[in-house]
Amino acid sequence: MSIRLYDIAHARAGDKGNTSNISVTAYNDEGWRVISRELTTDRVLGHFKHLGAGPVRRYELPQLRALNFVIENALGGGVTRSLAIDPHGKSLSAWMLTIELPGHNEGLGQG
Amino acid sequence: MARDKIRIGCGAGFSDDRIPPGVEIVEKGELDYLAMECLAERTIARETLDRAKDPTKGYTPVLLERMEAIMPPALRRGIKIVTNMGAANPMGAANALRKHAAAWGCPDYSCAVVRGDEVTDIMRAHPELPLMEDGAPLESLLPRMASANAYLGADVVADGLRTGADLVITGRVADPALFLGPMLHAFDWSYDDYAKLANGTLTGHLLECSGQLTGGCFADPGKKEVEDLAGLGYPLADVWADGRVEVSKTPGSGGRLDVATCTEQLLYEMHDPTAYITPDCVLDASGVSFEQLAKDRVALHGARGKPRTATYKVVVGYFDGYMGSGEMGFAGHNAVARAKLGIEVVKERLRRRGLSYSEMRIDLIGMNSLHANDASLAPEPYEVRLRIAARTTDKKAAEAVGAEVRSLHMQGPTGAGGGINFGARQILAVKSVLIPREWVKTEIVMERAA
Repeated sequence: MSIRLYDIAHARAGDKGNTSNISVTAYNDEGWRVISRELTTDRVLGHFKHLGAGPVRRYELPQLRALNFVIENALGGGVTRSLAIDPHGKSLSAWMLTIELPGHNEGLGQG
Repeated sequence: MARDKIRIGCGAGFSDDRIPPGVEIVEKGELDYLAMECLAERTIARETLDRAKDPTKGYTPVLLERMEAIMPPALRRGIKIVTNMGAANPMGAANALRKHAAAWGCPDYSCAVVRGDEVTDIMRAHPELPLMEDGAPLESLLPRMASANAYLGADVVADGLRTGADLVITGRVADPALFLGPMLHAFDWSYDDYAKLANGTLTGHLLECSGQLTGGCFADPGKKEVEDLAGLGYPLADVWADGRVEVSKTPGSGGRLDVATCTEQLLYEMHDPTAYITPDCVLDASGVSFEQLAKDRVALHGARGKPRTATYKVVVGYFDGYMGSGEMGFAGHNAVARAKLGIEVVKERLRRRGLSYSEMRIDLIGMNSLHANDASLAPEPYEVRLRIAARTTDKKAAEAVGAEVRSLHMQGPTGAGGGINFGARQILAVKSVLIPREWVKTEIVMERAA
């Protein structure tokens, strides 16, 4: 069984140069336990690897039930020179939320 | 002019930001100060080029349109305006406003201009400076340099306000500094009061992207609802002299401001939350929390500050070749296969013309254009749009990309329609260096009616 990250958390992506940072915030405490346990840097790196991205750093803000992922080399050379249709990577928050995590029926309430 | 409390509103969060919510917050926000942030990383490079062509230009292109709407209602209410719309020519911006302001019903006002952020001469004198991105010396960029500007802090904004000016126009300053500046001025906060600087910087960071704090960049129908997103109101902050801050938004406006929107915006464009470096302090936001006090009103807690660094960050804009692109649509049976054939045809035609590119990107819009995911795993859509973008140092080669995509209308696979975005543009890229603060000489100049 798996849990769609989309069902338990929301996300926002920002850009600086060729680095994307994507915050992931759980809707409730149970969701926070799932993402803090399962949404590892390795899992995120694996999900973004096809972009040539990495390394990935993860920061925890438990009081906000939020993780902040800093993903280097994710923006095709950076906002100003990328050939991508979304050079800022604003839509990458939605890509993050397509990750599926191990688990079952946890964190689904909209707390 | 020590006060107990001020209210600062955000009137714009990027250069082409929507104007009506800016007017709305001026009219209904009961503001003391209005800050407008209008400079992205590279926009100032374009404006430096504008100034080279016409020395009276080089300010944010939308300056006059925005200020015609904002200045009269703001000045009528005694609201002080702070903005970085001066871009590459703050004095030029001030002069342009003066030329028009009387006709807008603003015959008398005073304007302070912040100068000194432009550091191209310092860059030329120090080719040895290492680039923050890769450690390589700055030297290789110098022949292609278009601009170089230091991110100044809130001290110069406060200095501008201290002249009594109604309007402070800057070039490059750190975005949060546009908000921290009024606090320094109103409360006489000092640079060793890290807790207050941290709260002020956090406030600026949250407000500087206008509607992104108040329900913009947030709605997901059925999941994360935002009331009256169309009528999204811009954010404001009530700041007390002791450093307390509550954020809210234009009364009666649409949107949403709560712990969830604040959390998303807190981490927007933030890397290590313990070290958000600005020219005014190093903000430690790792312990920040938000307290919902009422609908659309949130108190900020837990920001910590460390002393400002000894350096200014400089963003260097430089020419980095050209990018050409084009798009063409296909729909109905076998649409994806026809789009893929179109791609191969364009690539082969460019190759037979002897044109080469250092990088080429192929997208199937509708399948993989935003996330570069594996299109073979995406369901076959009813319609799809091919997009080809390529990088080259040769302008003509860049233009050929769009021309070849365009010709698919007549000489490509069957049913090629809806071609758009055929064009080539010069790429202005940016890299950064750090320089000692003492190299930068800033000044406040009062603009006077000619």
